[in-house]
Amino acid sequence: MNVLGLYNYWVVMVLMMLGFYIVISQGNLIKKIIGLSIFQASVFILYISMAKVAGGTAPILDESISTYSNPLPHVLILTAIVVGVATTALGLALVVRIRESYGTIEEDEIQAQDEEA
Amino acid sequence: MTAVAVVLMRDLFAVVMLTGIYSLLSASFFVVFDAVDVAFTEAAVGAGISTLLMLSTLTLTGRYAKESTQKPWLALAIVTVTGALLIYGTLDMPTIGSASAPIHQHVAPRYLNDSMQEIAVPNVVTSVLASYRGYDTLGESFVIFTAGIGVLALLMVLQRRRASDVDAHGPMHQHLILRIVAKILIPLILLFALYVQFHGDYGPGGGFQAGVIFAAAIILYSMLFGLSAARQTISQPLIFALSAVGVLLYGGVGVACMLLGGNYLDYDALAEDPVAGQHLGILLVELGVGITVASVMIIIFFTFNGRSLSERGRRR
Repeated sequence: MNVLGLYNYWVVMVLMMLGFYIVISQGNLIKKIIGLSIFQASVFILYISMAKVAGGTAPILDESISTYSNPLPHVLILTAIVVGVATTALGLALVVRIRESYGTIEEDEIQAQDEEA
Repeated sequence: MTAVAVVLMRDLFAVVMLTGIYSLLSASFFVVFDAVDVAFTEAAVGAGISTLLMLSTLTLTGRYAKESTQKPWLALAIVTVTGALLIYGTLDMPTIGSASAPIHQHVAPRYLNDSMQEIAVPNVVTSVLASYRGYDTLGESFVIFTAGIGVLALLMVLQRRRASDVDAHGPMHQHLILRIVAKILIPLILLFALYVQFHGDYGPGGGFQAGVIFAAAIILYSMLFGLSAARQTISQPLIFALSAVGVLLYGGVGVACMLLGGNYLDYDALAEDPVAGQHLGILLVELGVGITVASVMIIIFFTFNGRSLSERGRRR
């Protein structure tokens, strides 16, 4: 029971490692950014799953309810999602510029061009 | 899950679509875990805006990824070892849903028990976001603002030539049904964004979500009627100004609190009655956040698409 109750962390770790794997193994810069956002989403899930209280409900106060989930992680992740998309946009903008000056977004081809120069 | 398919596929278009699905799935997961505000944001951002952004990048960079040449075994080994260590680390963590976990012991009970007297806003997420942790949110809106400026600096096209000769109508101009449905939907989406903005005190919602939904409506408009039409409707200098106005409004509320004798972002000072002051402060701050988020998202989308239009013009 005790060990099974930890499954949320395991899902998070699997997702996190998938994202990590994409970031380090793929040469395509867009896929790297997608990998980063999967990694990021796994952190969101980690926070949100920790905020859950068994039998609790969404933290919108009402007199008939006595148990709520923890609102603090919700706040942190809520803002993190929007900040995340803004920074992803910045990363994608960098990719677009790289593509314009190198003509490719594959990491190894960029490196080859750099060595020639 | 869908994430596995993302690793395997090389067709980036399909990968982007899958990440959209992945976001939607995590949004429903957040609902199950009581985080309705977060789910709201994730659904609007992950399944909407970021998918669109990825797609507009793909139009600029090409659709297919190259077959990876290097052997993935080293990466796989590193990932497996790290993952195993992390899972070993979770064995000491509190089980899911346990009310005695350390995370629930410190500030959260105070937020849940006292925020009704101190702030009188039923949605605790809103009161924590805008009032108790106002500094964090201020910082985050600055980050968003900065990211918007960064995208502009990287991708801004000087508009010497009108974009209209390249693309007079939107790419989907020929779809009559889409256009008419969108015409009906866009005002409703805008209205819904305003509802989310001002109803954030009582239900899930607030500046972040409203900003994103508002931006989504504008983006839908620009997809269907063309970027130049959208740019005529909402002039760019206006959005640039608005993105700054939002952050300044937030900061200005803080300064106003100081002038009225409180601490920075201490809304109690804004009115005679502390609770009314809190309400006013939260309203203004959320408005600032909403304006910044909406205009930054619109800026990002417009610059990405303006870039692809000018690319297409150059190739002709």
